[in-house]
Amino acid sequence: MGFGYGSSLAARAANQQLGDEILRVEQQRSRSWRVRFIAMWLAIVAGLVAFVALTVRVDADFINGWAPFILAGVPVTLFISAVSIALAIVLATLGALGRLSRNPFVNGAASFYVSFFRGTPLILQILFLFLALPQAGIVLDPLPTAVLALGMNYGAYMTEIFRAGIQAVPHGQVEAAHSLGMDGRTAFIRVVLPQAFRIVIPAIGNDFIAMLKDSALAYTVGVQELLWRAQAAGRPTFQSMQTLLVAALVYWIMTILFSVLQNKLEGRMSIGDRARSIQ
Amino acid sequence: MTAPSAKAGRPAHEIHPAERPGSLVPAGAEPIVRATAIEKFFGTNYVLRGCSMTVYPKETITILGRSGSGKSTFLRCLNFLEEPSAGVVDIDNVVVDASPLRRRDRAAAERVRQLRLRASMVFQEFNLFPHRSVIGNLIEAPVHVKHVPVKEATDIAEGYLEKVGLIDKRDEYPNRLSGGQRQRVAIARALTMEPKVLLFDEPTSALDPSLVGEVLKVMESLAHEGRTMIVVTHEMQFAKEAADRVYYMDEGIFLEIGPPEQVIDQPREERTRLFLARFLGAAHGAPGVGGPAAPLPEEEAVAQFKADAGTLHPHG
Repeated sequence: MGFGYGSSLAARAANQQLGDEILRVEQQRSRSWRVRFIAMWLAIVAGLVAFVALTVRVDADFINGWAPFILAGVPVTLFISAVSIALAIVLATLGALGRLSRNPFVNGAASFYVSFFRGTPLILQILFLFLALPQAGIVLDPLPTAVLALGMNYGAYMTEIFRAGIQAVPHGQVEAAHSLGMDGRTAFIRVVLPQAFRIVIPAIGNDFIAMLKDSALAYTVGVQELLWRAQAAGRPTFQSMQTLLVAALVYWIMTILFSVLQNKLEGRMSIGDRARSIQ
Repeated sequence: MTAPSAKAGRPAHEIHPAERPGSLVPAGAEPIVRATAIEKFFGTNYVLRGCSMTVYPKETITILGRSGSGKSTFLRCLNFLEEPSAGVVDIDNVVVDASPLRRRDRAAAERVRQLRLRASMVFQEFNLFPHRSVIGNLIEAPVHVKHVPVKEATDIAEGYLEKVGLIDKRDEYPNRLSGGQRQRVAIARALTMEPKVLLFDEPTSALDPSLVGEVLKVMESLAHEGRTMIVVTHEMQFAKEAADRVYYMDEGIFLEIGPPEQVIDQPREERTRLFLARFLGAAHGAPGVGGPAAPLPEEEAVAQFKADAGTLHPHG
């Protein structure tokens, strides 16, 4: 078809019509895509429900009876995750400072920390604290064991993230701080760190959500969090299908809630004060 | 014309700046900045080959020179953002000798900091703190470095915002401002530290040509009210109108020093003349005046173009 580019009024009207047509088709297509997408979700959920209903005698009384016991694990899980992530943030800040230090001893220590805790399984670290340390006369309770192991492990991963965040703050910021008479420490605390934190907040959010799930490993040392309770409720009567599904659902809902929260937070951070200077 | 002076015949550098007509320098004033024999190597690249500068209170100095001649490096050596390989900087009797500085001890770092308290810098890229509002940018250093109470620092800061015409942007964040507004905030921020000398490192080079004027206007008013300023710039018009003296830098040395009517209008050195021909030719809209400029390497040509576009803008 030879419409020419805006050559005549008639051609322009024809172009307009064609454009409207394309837009309508595209909208229709994306709408039907979304309908099928949601349908797929519903189909899988329906399949799962059918599978459970057909294979297991669903005992509503059983679930209702044990639900409060299982749900009591939610605050424990949240508590472990929150304290561990707080510990991880502190360790990661120190670790990042160490990795950026010009002092070979400090840098070496930080580097060892990161390498060791990233290079061994998290569950081994938990068991090491709980089972191996008593041989050296150090006995830790389950909860501190879990928090310490999770915090140190996540701290090692976050060290690298924090280091990248600090390095992502433009050098001109430090120069500006110095030229205003700030010493190195003041410049770091007042100028670099706040900007670095803004940069790593999405990563901290991701890690917190990952932590919600990894906190389930605390079950291995007997912390009565969500998974431990689900196990304890289901095992005696061989009804783990029900209790584990309940636990899975609760974990899932928690991660979705925190993802939404995180998106909101990120959205707020990006308004106003977070933009970099445009060159 | 040579500088009209009662004591004509003496070399220009022996005339006290206060003797020059229209000078704001108090008679008999001692220099406030003395940089002596500054040298700088970047690896094996010999960038500054022994540069000295003496600045008197209330003087405005501009440093001219082509891109890569070392003028920004020299300016950054004055407040040790770039550590000179050798040389001595003395600002308001705070003396830092670069040579023994290699031993990084606390005392040396503190002397450098004292130097910086007396010389605030305005950067090409503004370097405002993006996580602070305009007023937050201005009071950050007074409050956390000089420990001025917040209320008092805010009053001072508002005064300077008024001066640069941005008091209505007090609570904005830097990313909501235009380049020209950002640079004016940066100038106000430098002023809130009440330094003895303001250092400007190509303050208009990163700006859209249409925004250059507002920044130069602020700088000119500062020059006229007697702020001591050292300005690295490509803005010939500013150098001519606002500078007391011009330092022309060429390949790491100050090739020519003197009042603008001498260095810019009647340069003694061939290389200064070649450099100026390019600028003034463009500024007067008459290419070719003063002879054709030598062909430039690509990047230099781009920088030149940006600078020229700036000078073409009717400002001030």
